[in-house]
Amino acid sequence: MEKTVLRMTNIEKHFDDLEVLKDINLTVNNGEVVSIIGPSGSGKSTLLRCATFLEKIDGGEIVYLDKTAAKTRVLSDGVRKKVEYAGKSEMKEIKKCFGLVFQQFNLFPHLSVLRNVMDGPVEVLKRNRKEVEQEARELLDKMGLADKADTYPCNLSGGQQQRVAIARALAMKPEVLFFDEPTSALDPELTIEVLKIIRKLAEEKMTMVIVTHEMSFAEGVSNRVIFMDGGVIVEEGDPKEVFGNPKQERTKQFLKSYTE
Amino acid sequence: MTFSTMLRTMSSGMLRTLLLFILTLAGSIPLGMIVVFLKKSKIRPISWLTKIYIAIMRGTPLMLQLLVWYFGPYYVLGMKITSGYKFIALLIGFIMNYAAYFAEIYRSGIESMPVGQYEAAEILGYSRIRTFFKIILPQVVKRILPAVTNEVITLVKDTSLASALAYQEVFSLAKQISASQTSFLPFVVAGVFYFVANYVVAIVMGRIEKSMQYYK
Ligand SMILES: Nc1ncnc2c1ncn2[C@@H]1O[C@H](COP(=O)(O)OP(=O)(O)OP(=O)(O)O)[C@@H](O)[C@H]1O
Ligand SMILES: [Mg+2]
Repeated sequence: MEKTVLRMTNIEKHFDDLEVLKDINLTVNNGEVVSIIGPSGSGKSTLLRCATFLEKIDGGEIVYLDKTAAKTRVLSDGVRKKVEYAGKSEMKEIKKCFGLVFQQFNLFPHLSVLRNVMDGPVEVLKRNRKEVEQEARELLDKMGLADKADTYPCNLSGGQQQRVAIARALAMKPEVLFFDEPTSALDPELTIEVLKIIRKLAEEKMTMVIVTHEMSFAEGVSNRVIFMDGGVIVEEGDPKEVFGNPKQERTKQFLKSYTE
Repeated sequence: MTFSTMLRTMSSGMLRTLLLFILTLAGSIPLGMIVVFLKKSKIRPISWLTKIYIAIMRGTPLMLQLLVWYFGPYYVLGMKITSGYKFIALLIGFIMNYAAYFAEIYRSGIESMPVGQYEAAEILGYSRIRTFFKIILPQVVKRILPAVTNEVITLVKDTSLASALAYQEVFSLAKQISASQTSFLPFVVAGVFYFVANYVVAIVMGRIEKSMQYYK
């Protein structure tokens, strides 16, 4: 059996009174591509943000490989719960397990494309600069951006910027790469080139969790599809099953709204 | 008094003006940064006191503040004012005042940064210090440069407020020489001096702005 990269169990998250994630369970195995689909506001981004610690969970457990990042303890009154995150140095290690590609790219505009890709490995992982530069150039080449290494993000199209962002994330050699609607800010033509890259990564058995509104892409690229609505996982399974023969009424309705 | 002796007398005032100007910038630009950190401090009394400090600095005339710094130690604490203290009082007054203004400029610049920059850095595992100094600050500097330029130009002119403590900078001297010589010329010289000084400021700041135009 493949090793489990990420296990999230009984995840709960609320913003004030609004329950955004209700008892979510998500396991990601090595080499797997998981797509998350669902209507706006269903909690997809929040789930990724909890998985990447940009948001704190209010209940549940997050484990990367064998390292527990967050767990929940029931307090002595037997009712209230307390979420405990791992210590600072342990979290630092756990954070190396994942990367995140944002909808808005979030490149560092004052750094050249090459520096954007190199800075993390050099400054955070403290790796050899020469070695990192060679890898970074190879990554940019793979993204079709070999000639853009010395330019600045503002001179690139959105699609090119997103590919730099993917290269930046890959340069950290994460175990799993999260994508939050990586093409939603892009025109259709630019979307294609980014999706092509993600497909290529899938072929190379990169472990990925992708939130997307590109249904046919999700169906083609993923090993597993998760349909979320109202903060719960409504349906989950093989993409052909979920897209071709959805079991749940809500899934059917959601997919219908896309084919119309 | 010939024009050249007048110029010579006034040039000592110009030097004092420049000294006050440079030392004020050297003090208030970094101090403003510290003020921002204090204002953003999670320790409530500290951020609260910093807010009051900024409000007072911005809400009262700088000339009044200079008088308070100069005469305060005598009236409030009963200390003797030595002649050397005048320049110290001026520096404290100017630096404290300008640090408050710079702090507000820095704050608005820092707050204008999109949260995505912090999040991207966090995901890459950057420490908070590295994120601030390597990612946020360079972009903030670019954003606030026009506002800083305005402030620096105002400072060039504000140095004339030092005349309130009878400090012999160019404006005080111009007034004195004009009165003793019944001549309008010293004011013209002072005016030209301030104008040229600000012209230089504009050129220097323009250069710095241009050096950051390689990215948007
Ligand atoms: N920081 C926040 N504070 C308060 N409410 C929030 C916050 N972030 C998200 N929410 C709310 O949580 C709910 C889920 O948001 P989320 O962004 O996870 O949805 P989503 O599935 O990613 O939607 P979309 O497809 O539009 O990106 C929404 O109702 C949203 O308004
Ligand atoms: Mg979202």
